[in-house]
Amino acid sequence: MRLDVPSDLGMVGDAVELVATHLPPGTLSPRRISFNLRTALAEALGNAIRYGNGEDPDRLVRVYVELRRDFVRIHVDDDGQGYDPSRLPDPTHPDNLEREYGRGLFVIRHLVDDVAFNEKGNGICLTLRAG
Amino acid sequence: MRFTLKKDKSGVVIVGVEGQLIVGNRQELKQKVLEALEEGSRKFVIDFSKTGYIDSSGLGVLVSLSKKIREQSGELRLAGLNADLQTLFELTKLDTLFAITRTAEEALAAF
Repeated sequence: MRLDVPSDLGMVGDAVELVATHLPPGTLSPRRISFNLRTALAEALGNAIRYGNGEDPDRLVRVYVELRRDFVRIHVDDDGQGYDPSRLPDPTHPDNLEREYGRGLFVIRHLVDDVAFNEKGNGICLTLRAG
Repeated sequence: MRFTLKKDKSGVVIVGVEGQLIVGNRQELKQKVLEALEEGSRKFVIDFSKTGYIDSSGLGVLVSLSKKIREQSGELRLAGLNADLQTLFELTKLDTLFAITRTAEEALAAF
């Protein structure tokens, strides 16, 4: 499944629903589709649109979903300069707890089984194993 | 996705979040709550019993609203989190920042 998403934050919810409702039953439980997949994909799309593409309407975020018997893997790529995910502060540190931003990648890491980035840092790959 | 605001007889504003609270709709929630705050309301319950998922932008707007309400000597309580949402608040340690009750009725009784 492939999807090009306009760089409009208002499109995130619809794009998430499109992917979630087109996953065939079997690999992921309904609960994991309802919560883990939807939340992690919304995070990845929001980051790509806001920080990657700078909400530039001329840029697209590309989503590619690999469906396998034992996993679902979602690639989300933007046209930005990329970033170093190892340099993000811990959002659960007491000094950061009341910050409005900075929890996205932390949340993704807890909701999916594996997170990988391309070399440039403008593409994220989320893997949810069967179950 | 829909936000509903209603006031109970003691003046507490109960905000319902139907669907999801994410990057694409968080500003709408923020605007509605801040308008009620500007109009004089000080006690708020956000009821997530009809909410499917919340992303980090949604969490962020709750943090922001909590601060703004506290600055006006008000109070924000959260209610109705399902098991997955409760876990989300726990892993981000935001459960330490908010007063969270099982139901909106319990939140109202606690004011």
